[in-house]
Amino acid sequence: MSLRIRDTTGLKKMLKIIPDMSNPTDRSEKYYNLYKENIRRITENSSPYINSFREEAIEKFNQLGIPTKKNESYRYTNLDPFFGYDYKSYFMPGESDFAKAEEFRCDVTDLDAYAIVLLNGFYPTISDKLRQLPGGIWIGSLNEAARKFSDKIERHYGKYVNGNNDGLVHLNTAMASDGVFLYVPEGVILKKPVQIVNLIDSDEDIFNQHRNLIIVEKNSEMTLIVCDHTLSPKKFLTNAVTEIYVGENSHFDIIRVQNEHNNAGKVTHTFIYQDRNSNASSNNITLHGGLVRNSTHHYLGGEGAEGYSYGLFLADKFQHVDNFVNVDHAVPNCSSNQLFKGVLDDMATGAFNGRIFVHKDAQGTLAYQKNNNILLTDDAKMDTKPQLEIYADDVKCSHGATVGQLNDDALFYLQSRGINKREAKLMLMFGFAHEVIQNIKVEPLRDRLDNLVMQRLKGELSRCASCMVKCG
Amino acid sequence: MLIIKDLKVSIDGKNIIKGISLEVKEGEVHAIMGPNGSGKSTLAGVIAGREFAQVTEGSITYLGKNLLEMAPEDRAKEGIFLGFQYPIEIPGVSMVNFMKTAVNEQRKHRGLEPLSASDFLKIMREKKELVEIDSKLANRSVNEGFSGGEKKKNEIFQMAMLEPKLAILDETDSGLDIDALRIVANGVNKLKRPDSSVIVITHYQRLLDYIIPDVVHVMYDGRIVKTAGRELALELEDKGYDWIKKDVENNT
Repeated sequence: MSLRIRDTTGLKKMLKIIPDMSNPTDRSEKYYNLYKENIRRITENSSPYINSFREEAIEKFNQLGIPTKKNESYRYTNLDPFFGYDYKSYFMPGESDFAKAEEFRCDVTDLDAYAIVLLNGFYPTISDKLRQLPGGIWIGSLNEAARKFSDKIERHYGKYVNGNNDGLVHLNTAMASDGVFLYVPEGVILKKPVQIVNLIDSDEDIFNQHRNLIIVEKNSEMTLIVCDHTLSPKKFLTNAVTEIYVGENSHFDIIRVQNEHNNAGKVTHTFIYQDRNSNASSNNITLHGGLVRNSTHHYLGGEGAEGYSYGLFLADKFQHVDNFVNVDHAVPNCSSNQLFKGVLDDMATGAFNGRIFVHKDAQGTLAYQKNNNILLTDDAKMDTKPQLEIYADDVKCSHGATVGQLNDDALFYLQSRGINKREAKLMLMFGFAHEVIQNIKVEPLRDRLDNLVMQRLKGELSRCASCMVKCG
Repeated sequence: MLIIKDLKVSIDGKNIIKGISLEVKEGEVHAIMGPNGSGKSTLAGVIAGREFAQVTEGSITYLGKNLLEMAPEDRAKEGIFLGFQYPIEIPGVSMVNFMKTAVNEQRKHRGLEPLSASDFLKIMREKKELVEIDSKLANRSVNEGFSGGEKKKNEIFQMAMLEPKLAILDETDSGLDIDALRIVANGVNKLKRPDSSVIVITHYQRLLDYIIPDVVHVMYDGRIVKTAGRELALELEDKGYDWIKKDVENNT
């Protein structure tokens, strides 16, 4: 990433506008037909309970379609370049993939975690599709769990996405064939984080959808790290849904690190439901990716719950990163805080849409939101939209958004101490990003991310050492 | 050490400094006093290399070099330090990292090896004690959430770390209570070496009870209108700035 504000008209001239001939309705129909043609394959390995959601979901998808810019929550994000393309979809893992997934180690030095690797959206371990960690924690394939723990699945699956009006969430409910199931029983404190590595690796252009369910029962504590990687230079699209239940008095952190190539599209939907006195945080760190759309939904459903939503992205070239956050204050005396930041270079574009919804009876609500962005060129563009809907009267809410360049006063302050301009700019940008990263409690990961962000800001390659794709 | 000749400076086309000449010799302490808007802070900014103002005429020579051609960071490496009137908050940049980078840049400039982490921390501890700064402040982001007094003490702490040849303190005393003022002034006095010089910019005489100036200048409307010894500061305290203003107006 270059540090100079510069004119990028040269790049603009190289931009070829390719008219998209198909219209959005046709495109939605394509996915609808894909479902209809593959219904047997999709349901074959799944449990009857999960399958029971599919018909209704595909009809709902058919009605809502793939979101377009006419949809208020996708106003700044054009999905066409990725959803208008033809991909292969697989509904079960290929045999040869198993070994590869097993060998992959995400390069976070000193990170001691229980790791799971998902390849192209599948849980590929044959021998141990469901394993037990200390404290009676279960982790494994959602399909496998649906058979073994049908009571737990029936209590939580599909509950937290309920009422969502995003066609892609319904498409996922209809078509996702597997994903991760994670169950933390009551009163268990897991010191070591769990790490899910989502790998995409194929010789074909593929579309994958997976579905995760995480249940943290009361008085428990755990941290989940999700790493998104692409390993081969094909065109990929992912549409992933994660439902999370955080029980009474529990503590749960999810940290998502996205590092995919420019030809990868990634749409994630994370739904966190929080019970009484629970504390949960989500942190989306987007280092690289062609098109990234993360929607994070926090539902504060029990009194005294605290929800935190953080995000940071670094984008350059023609990348686009969109963070959509929705915080529901459904009951009294909950607090929430959103902090999202972006650094945009070249022709990169970004969007932030942060919604705070305070329900009628949610008195004593504290809800804060901050979105700051730095544009490094005249051609980079950021749209930011706070959205506060407050139906209670005893609340404290604030929001603030900035889109600008580096602070000249701060730059001079550093220079006046003998620090070179280039170095001073790097320090300021790093500091800007670090404000988000410092909220990560897992030290080796925090250090590694600081490091990756610094490399990325310096324009050096930031990718896992074991990653074979040059992200550029 | 510092020679300013016929300096004229404008900001956005407006003349702020209308012809200043000044010489600061090695070891001297100069005080520049004057009412608000007389151009004191602009002068400090121009010496440190701030880009907000345009030098339209005149020259500044520092240790025989043309200062106006040097980048702000190079001026700092050559030993110029500006204590800011309003220190800037920089979230996400830790004091430790900030000071370590600054100190090592200066060492590199002098052809010295960077300090090891333990040596650096040791020096930092010593200097913190010298300026009586709370040791916790050093672990926080630069000036973030510091009180007014803490920010000013932090400026003196940075001065202690960088050991400048020429320190310019721009209203470092403004807004300080008497205890903080004493700490700041003591810090400056302790850091003063026979071969280093200080320019103290202030509204008030009371700082000069602690930092004894060799020369006092009064600035008004972009010019130095009076220069004398320490007694001038006391006279200003007594009579205020109005007699200076009248003097100037009568002469024109």
